[in-house]
Amino acid sequence: MSSEINLTLQVWRQPGPQAEGRFVTYEASGISTDASFLEMLDIVNERLIENGEEPIVFESDCREGICGTCGLMINGQAHGPQKSTATCQLHMRSFKDGDHIVIEPWRATSFPVLRDLAVDRRAMDAIIASGGYISVNTGAAPDANLTPVPKETADTAFDAAACIGCGACVAACPNSAAQLFTAAKVQHLNLLPQGQAQRWARTEAMVETMEEFFGSCTNHGECEEACPKDIPIDFIAWTNRDYIKAKVKNRKLAG
Amino acid sequence: MLGSLDARIPAGSLESKWTDHKFSMRLVNPNNKRRFDVIVVGSGLAGASAAASLGELGYRVKVLTYHDSPRRAHSIAAQGGINAAKNYQNDGDSVYRLFYDTIKGGDYRAREANVYRLAEVSVDIIDQATAQGVPFAREYGGLLDNRSFGGAQVSRTFYARGQTGQQLLLGAYSALMRQVAAGTVELHTRSEMLELVMHDGRAVGVVTRDLITGEIVPHSAHAVVLATGGYGNVYFLSTNAKMCNVTAAWRAHRKGALFANPCYTQIHPTCIPASDDFQSKLTLMSESLRNDGRIWVPVAHEDGREPHEIPDADRDYFLERKYPAFGNLVPRDVASRNAKTVVDEGRGVGPLRNGVYLDFSGAMARDGESVIRSKYGNLFDMYERITGEDPYRVPMRIYPATHYTMGGLWVDYELMSNVPGLFVLGEANFSDHGANRLGASALMQGLADGYFVLPYTIGNYLSDFLGDPALGTSEPVFADAEQEVADEMNRWLSTGGTRSVDHYHRELGKLVWDYIGMARDKTGLEKAISEIPALRDEYHRNVRVLGSADTLNQSLEKAGRVADLFELGELMARDALAREESCGGHFREEHQTEEGEAMRDDENFTHVAAWEWNGEGTPQTRHREELEFENVELTQRSYK
Amino acid sequence: MAQTISRVSTPPPVRSEPRVRLPWPLSIYQTAVGKKWVMGLTGAALLGFIVVHMIGNLHLYEGPLEIHEYAETLRDLGTKLLPRTWLLWAMRIGLIIAFGLHIHSAYSLSRMSWAADQRYPGGRNYIAANFASRTMRWTGPIIGLYLFYHLADLTWGWFNPDFVRGDPYHNVSESLGSIPVAILYIVANTALAVHIFHGTWSMFQSLGVNSPRYNHLRRYLAGGLAGIILVGNLSFPIFVQAGVIDDNGRSVVEELQQHGAAEGEDH
Ligand SMILES: Cc1cc2nc3c(=O)[nH]c(=O)nc-3n(C[C@H](O)[C@H](O)[C@H](O)COP(=O)(O)OP(=O)(O)OC[C@H]3O[C@@H](n4cnc5c(N)ncnc54)[C@H](O)[C@@H]3O)c2cc1C
Ligand code: HEM
Ligand code: HEM
Ligand code: SF4
Ligand code: F3S
Ligand code: FES
Repeated sequence: MSSEINLTLQVWRQPGPQAEGRFVTYEASGISTDASFLEMLDIVNERLIENGEEPIVFESDCREGICGTCGLMINGQAHGPQKSTATCQLHMRSFKDGDHIVIEPWRATSFPVLRDLAVDRRAMDAIIASGGYISVNTGAAPDANLTPVPKETADTAFDAAACIGCGACVAACPNSAAQLFTAAKVQHLNLLPQGQAQRWARTEAMVETMEEFFGSCTNHGECEEACPKDIPIDFIAWTNRDYIKAKVKNRKLAG
Repeated sequence: MLGSLDARIPAGSLESKWTDHKFSMRLVNPNNKRRFDVIVVGSGLAGASAAASLGELGYRVKVLTYHDSPRRAHSIAAQGGINAAKNYQNDGDSVYRLFYDTIKGGDYRAREANVYRLAEVSVDIIDQATAQGVPFAREYGGLLDNRSFGGAQVSRTFYARGQTGQQLLLGAYSALMRQVAAGTVELHTRSEMLELVMHDGRAVGVVTRDLITGEIVPHSAHAVVLATGGYGNVYFLSTNAKMCNVTAAWRAHRKGALFANPCYTQIHPTCIPASDDFQSKLTLMSESLRNDGRIWVPVAHEDGREPHEIPDADRDYFLERKYPAFGNLVPRDVASRNAKTVVDEGRGVGPLRNGVYLDFSGAMARDGESVIRSKYGNLFDMYERITGEDPYRVPMRIYPATHYTMGGLWVDYELMSNVPGLFVLGEANFSDHGANRLGASALMQGLADGYFVLPYTIGNYLSDFLGDPALGTSEPVFADAEQEVADEMNRWLSTGGTRSVDHYHRELGKLVWDYIGMARDKTGLEKAISEIPALRDEYHRNVRVLGSADTLNQSLEKAGRVADLFELGELMARDALAREESCGGHFREEHQTEEGEAMRDDENFTHVAAWEWNGEGTPQTRHREELEFENVELTQRSYK
Repeated sequence: MAQTISRVSTPPPVRSEPRVRLPWPLSIYQTAVGKKWVMGLTGAALLGFIVVHMIGNLHLYEGPLEIHEYAETLRDLGTKLLPRTWLLWAMRIGLIIAFGLHIHSAYSLSRMSWAADQRYPGGRNYIAANFASRTMRWTGPIIGLYLFYHLADLTWGWFNPDFVRGDPYHNVSESLGSIPVAILYIVANTALAVHIFHGTWSMFQSLGVNSPRYNHLRRYLAGGLAGIILVGNLSFPIFVQAGVIDDNGRSVVEELQQHGAAEGEDH
């Protein structure tokens, strides 16, 4: 059943990419426990506007946990305390009256803060552009049932494909490594028969683009915990394996 | 001005129109393609698939989206699946049957030729997506699985768990990013289109605002493609993503593009009801739940008891009672309207009395909890995450919510609007769904438009301009449009009002929902036509937008979007008022059978209504495109 | 060769492509995942040494002559094929290279991560990362420094006036008999066990040895190895302090050698 709680928020405010940021404290009173975390921020913003203060900038779109737009560091945890839950799906039931909540943007050198809680995640698109696709021009595809895919393979590929590109894995990783995201994207395609032709080229290109922007994984496993889609770090291991194989195979192919 | 609208439907038999037309269209040879610039606004399913395909063909493409990445577009949220006439199940499906079901489902308010083409190319979409690595559900033999979906008697829906839209969009996005890497597509994220630029009566470019720096940027091209999605957020509360809006389409409308059938909106029966005033959006629960859940409300008004305390005799299984043949599986609009009726009667359930029960206790007793868990486990989890209630113990509460908009910019058979050079795809056009869209058909249409229709038809338009460079962005038409945008920004920032943009959006939503929602009548619509402009005037006077135009300023972004939704809301009311019949998602209380079924007026309304902008403050003009049905016979639905 | 041709505008990369592309397979070491591989392989080699070294050291409990014998046996390894101590030297050189690469890869990958990472001024909450995983960059250097001391002390005899070449029993009991040294050993070997606890598990991931059915075993193995090393290696300073290993300053081996020399015996 719903009840109302009062909270103290400590929110990162930063006027722009180059500006200095700082924490500002806000009282969020009378928040229903049925509200989602972002609705709580909506309410705070509404009050700020009424008081003539600029609202807190944070991003969201689907508010259903599928688009990957939202993402906040809540009390030091990416997407907050509830497991397998994106920020937009987190509800205030997870908090108690009187709680103190620290809210920060994702932090990584390649995720520069744009304003307040919004960051630039284009480096993730660069990883996809470097090879996260199967090259098939429109119209060139054979009949979909021409290549059967074992159900288990399809299911595992799906587990990887479920990644919503939110960047929580990077935010949570003490090394700011994007291994989980990259591995999910690489393995989704590497596992499927359709993805075999470009498997080695893809693996090499995507991993090396990742390395241009992000840190090096030391297998902390924080990413898996933060991931709203429960992408397992097993995919990281498989990608490491594929990468070394790729280094061998691509050389043969090239030579 | 405009005569009766000509959709330029090719002659010939239904089956051969598209094939013949593809043959007769003028082509642009491969070397010349790179001399054409095409702007694609929007990177949802329709935009991403179109941009990728155009890039592959060799056009110089520029993609503009206000999202931070093309992969975020609203398309990503589609759950259920995508239809295709593959007939892999050997259950009698065919292109013709998909065509027929879509026409009938749309309550005979769509173009036969378009719908047939849609059904025809649907099979290619599945091939394309599978080749891209979209992990559709498979059977143990490794072949693709299908499910059946509302309104169809065959299993033709392809799905990827409950995330079909996501997987299809990621497929289209990957194809798009491949072209970005190849250099054929230039990608501009966080760029919101705010003006369409016209020259000599043709669309020659757009003006965008960079959402981070506030920079106002002109973009010129030989053709402009809008794939900017639907306008469901005019209701404020809808299942649409928060950023969905009508701005791109509306600004084109204000420059002369006709807006068709705005009153056709679709309400989805199984959404989680709002829990309070601060509710920011509604969440859809898959329709498949109605296969096992029973819908009921208490017989008594304002029954205060907990659901388990209410004995069967005091429950009203209203759908089963009224529609014994279809029961809980009646079509979306019927289920939705009936839920509204009982809630309006004061028999709604939940703290705000704004829902009906969807009860699985019978199914759990029959099949066991584990069977239900395996079928719907993740939906139940999602429900619990949002409501804090355990649906295995307490019946779910559901209520209808706006889900899809069939209306949109008018386009001809080649997907070009009445403005030469302006093409419109996906949910943004008035599309192939008539007055009502079948489940799993929006994804199909968006991808059909983007992968398989536009890449052909755009050549037919462009071939006239071979050798002409795109208009330079230093031309005065661009400067004027840039100035308009700059003025608009300053206007919002200097209003000096007191209430937030969201406040007014919410208020607008209430009006639209009350008067142009699930059921409409003359009085309500007339009220809407007077109240919406009044509220809009207050909005323009009293909205408060803080900050400046040269930073990431979300209030400022929303201010313009909501202003456009106000104008659209008013037009919806006019359109709904003018359409004196009930059809599909448009239900006029005055036009129903004795059993409360929608009653069409085929004699007077077998046409598309397309509205022409006449300047601010002057009502739009209604144009008609007559719909000819040569292949199917118009019948009245009955689900008794 | 992979070329990253993404024309997505992005923030500037934090790491630039290597200026010179080395020939294969050296080029693998120019990438981060490649370095991780090298780190995993060298880690495995070092781990092998640590285990064997600990087991070998258990000869201390048999007595001064037995451990001396053992050390001699090591020198005799492979003498059927190679001159004496060659194989031992080969292994030593291998270990030195492994150690060098391990440290170099650790250093350069850490630099890469530092460049990519930004702190959370509001603090952060770790869920999966444990003490071991978070202190790898501390435990590693501790082991390195310790090793230097250890070699200087027990192999080169720099710090020990009583050092007797070839009498580990004597040298160990002399060195570890001093309380500060014993403490140093305890601290360093605890750090080693902690390093191994995460390192062993991490190694499987880095080398891509992952098969969901057996994955849980990797944690057990890591815990087991770390435990064994911890118990085994800590036992030496503790038992020296407890007086279990003690030759009362008298080098049996030295006596034996002098005795043997007197008898003209070549051992
Ligand atoms: C919850 C939910 C579930 C659904 N489930 C299904 C289903 O199971 N099956 C099905 O077939 N359909 C389903 N639909 C409908 C379907 O998802 C949509 O109709 C379809 O995805 C629309 O695609 P689109 O490409 O036309 O537009 P969108 O995906 O909405 O993309 C719009 C794009 O335009 C851009 N844009 C808009 N305006 C501007 C501007 N001014 N400037 C710059 N860029 C702009 C946006 O950034 C975005 O990239 C569902 C819809 C909802 C809400
Ligand atoms: C003989 C002693 C050592 C052993 C047995 C050992 C073992 C290991 C192992 C198995 C790994 C995991 C490799 C991987 O994930 O692929 C590792 C990682 C690491 N080692 Fe060592 N190592 C030793 C000494 C050192 C030294 C001297 C340093 C530093 C100066 C060091 C620093 C690191 C670092 C920073 C890591 C990376 C952390 C990680 O991957 O989690 N190690 N070590
Ligand atoms: C308490 C634990 C340890 C004890 C009692 C111990 C004891 C010894 C002794 C007695 C020697 C000399 C052997 C000889 O010269 O004949 C030796 C050599 C050596 N030790 Fe240790 N050691 C311990 C831990 C370690 C650790 C943790 C490392 C590695 C990080 C290590 C690395 C070495 C090396 C490299 C040599 C030289 C081997 C050679 O000469 O080939 N030792 N150790
Ligand atoms: S792997 Fe998980 S955390 Fe990382 S981007 Fe994908 S969904 Fe987000
Ligand atoms: S948290 Fe970071 S260190 Fe690796 S396992 Fe995950 S990327
Ligand atoms: S807003 Fe889409 S995942 Fe949270």
